[in-house]
Amino acid sequence: MASTVTPSKRAPAPTPKLNYLNNGHTLKSWLLTTDHKRIAILYLISVTVFFFLGGFFAMLIRLELLTPQGDLMQADTYNKVFTMHGMIMVFFFLIPVVPAVLGNFLVPLMIGAKDLAFPRINLLSWYLYVVGGILISHVMLTGGVDTGWTFYSPFSTEYTNTKIVEAGLAVFIAGFSSIFTGLNFIVTIHRMRAPGLTWSRLPLFIWANYATSLIMILGTPVVAITIVLVAVERLFHLGIFDPRLGGDPLLFQHLFWFYSHPAVYIMILPSMGVVNELITCFSRKRIFGYKFIALSSIAIAVLGFLVWAHHMFVAGISLYAALIFSFLTFFIGVPSAVKVFNWTATLYKGSISYATPMLYAFGFIGLFTMGGLTGLFLATLGIDVHVTDTYFVVAHFHYVMVGGVLMGYLGGLHFWWPKMTGRLYPEAWAKLSALLVFVGFNLTFFPQFILGYVGMPRRYWQYPPEFQALNVLSTAGASILAAGYLLPMIYFVWSLRYGKIADPNPWAAAGLEWKTASPPPTFNFDETPVVTWEAYNYDEIPAWERRTPVAR
Amino acid sequence: MTATEHQAHNPALLHHFADAEQQKNAASLGMWLFLVTEIMFFGGMFCAYLVYRLAHFNAFAAGSQQLNIWMGAINTAVLIVSSVTVVLAVKAAGAGKRKVLVGYLVVTVLLGLTFLVIKGFEYREKFEKHHVPGPTFSFTDKFDDNGKQIPVNPKETELFFSLYFAMTGMHALHMIIGCGLFSGLAILAWKGHYTPGYFTPIENAGLYWHLVDIIWIYLFPLLYLISRHS
Repeated sequence: MASTVTPSKRAPAPTPKLNYLNNGHTLKSWLLTTDHKRIAILYLISVTVFFFLGGFFAMLIRLELLTPQGDLMQADTYNKVFTMHGMIMVFFFLIPVVPAVLGNFLVPLMIGAKDLAFPRINLLSWYLYVVGGILISHVMLTGGVDTGWTFYSPFSTEYTNTKIVEAGLAVFIAGFSSIFTGLNFIVTIHRMRAPGLTWSRLPLFIWANYATSLIMILGTPVVAITIVLVAVERLFHLGIFDPRLGGDPLLFQHLFWFYSHPAVYIMILPSMGVVNELITCFSRKRIFGYKFIALSSIAIAVLGFLVWAHHMFVAGISLYAALIFSFLTFFIGVPSAVKVFNWTATLYKGSISYATPMLYAFGFIGLFTMGGLTGLFLATLGIDVHVTDTYFVVAHFHYVMVGGVLMGYLGGLHFWWPKMTGRLYPEAWAKLSALLVFVGFNLTFFPQFILGYVGMPRRYWQYPPEFQALNVLSTAGASILAAGYLLPMIYFVWSLRYGKIADPNPWAAAGLEWKTASPPPTFNFDETPVVTWEAYNYDEIPAWERRTPVAR
Repeated sequence: MTATEHQAHNPALLHHFADAEQQKNAASLGMWLFLVTEIMFFGGMFCAYLVYRLAHFNAFAAGSQQLNIWMGAINTAVLIVSSVTVVLAVKAAGAGKRKVLVGYLVVTVLLGLTFLVIKGFEYREKFEKHHVPGPTFSFTDKFDDNGKQIPVNPKETELFFSLYFAMTGMHALHMIIGCGLFSGLAILAWKGHYTPGYFTPIENAGLYWHLVDIIWIYLFPLLYLISRHS
């Protein structure tokens, strides 16, 4: 394959080529853009805002839990704080983050398309996200919600006086943003692939986003109608889940988790997709077991719909149902493990280099494995009964959500930053922040496994004094983690102006997105590429390009 | 393949598609996927209906017998006819018959409005009989068509009517959206927006209309018929 890559230039070009960033400078050219790359940047900015907002609430939680007594806030306030933390992080950060930022930017580039299939719907998705975000911020500023992010009925429908309907509307609207993103991705991946780019040649990031999109379009509508039913129950006195009318609060939990359990795969799958790209690039090898990894994404999407009731083992479902859901939950460990084993097998005899994205990929593998294994503990009925609603559960899902999703996202953001901005980030600072994130994360959440196992319940603002030492450790870890997250904010912004100019392919990576300029032109490729090679053909990359992939 | 911007003669072809066929395929796949999301959306309510009907069978049967089967049946017929006019509209669009197309689109909208008006009368009846859930709900008529008394808990019948209003209300909302959609299409079709080479929006709106019809085809027996002669 004749590469269109030109040798790197150190000095900034005197007249920069027209690319998606300098093609229009007005605010209108950004807010009315239909360019998937610009929409990705809009998402990048907005999810970052919500990440720090959710992080702010996390810090409030950790500060309150620094001491056993409730001194920073009242119990009611604490309920609202953890609810806002959960709602913002789940619906406005974790679900959109990788698909809407990296996926939006990369899906058309990786498949050699000019744009997503429906660019205007893509813009609509962002606006829906923003409207939902404004609404949740309004809720936050005018009284908040205290149900937890799960809206459990009948507390949400009958008893609480907080802003359930408004918060539900925010989640509903944000849900449609993710439905439209998923729909756009599926159609794009089916219909817009470059000539020669067969399904078995697709990068695994695309497979991961495809599987994610399936969950988005199949699951999100169910939570949407569930929230509508909660809202009409409050507004119009319809009694869908009201036990006094013979309604069943368990039905609410079933409908809610039918979406909200697969939603955790919406979060983790795209990050797994990112890890495939990082591992292959920084070990200069083809992926081990391409087909197994591709199909394991689909398997996770399908099996993910069959395990939801493991959130309800102690809620009063029948023992037989619990047994079956427990078995199925174990089963979903298989495709997840396939991925982890294949990544480690890819590393074997690879030429591994330790650039920042690879550090995050290693972090992902380690932390996701921890999160996944403790997930198996929780799938075991006996252990689940013991640790339900304790910090063990909190630690488990933070290992998957933060240790997994966020590690993958940050790794991917560093990896594709040169492509997105045309600038390299400062490698030393980035390595420092990766280290801080890893250490801070483990210090924050590992003590919570122990806390939960010895019986500290979640969602309490006070606790017995004997739990204090571990809680202090956790809060200390959270502050290190916060520093690890603030640092990239600073050096990424710094690099926009002062970072070294990136050439089209600073990592000598395979993949179509590296065969166009950095940053790419508005329509991505000057000529539609024709693909004649398998993904991750690192052994076929021309000798002059086969250099150590370190951002110089 | 080379850049297509300059090859495009079809003004409806968007720049990021290689050709009109790719654009059409993408649009129709997108519409089908959207319909899948709609099925999942209504699926939540159908699931709730199934669970509660099994749990409170007598109350649901008693509630069901209070529905006006004739209005429901007429509405079913109206919707089936409207689906036929949609098909004929798509056919007219494919044949390039502009006025016929506009005619069928307008008839479809009128049929949709007819449905909504009849539904409105049904809702009025529910208000008059205090069958609307909430503080004013009352359910005293516990006899079936043969004068046999049915032992029901009125609270559970209120649950039936809650589901009735949630499901038919959500369906009616989709009908209203459909009427708006077809009105817009009729105006665009009148202006000659669609040609035999490009009428994807008519086809896709037609798919949406059919789905909304099909949902009613399931709602009608589940809410009105299934408990009649139990």
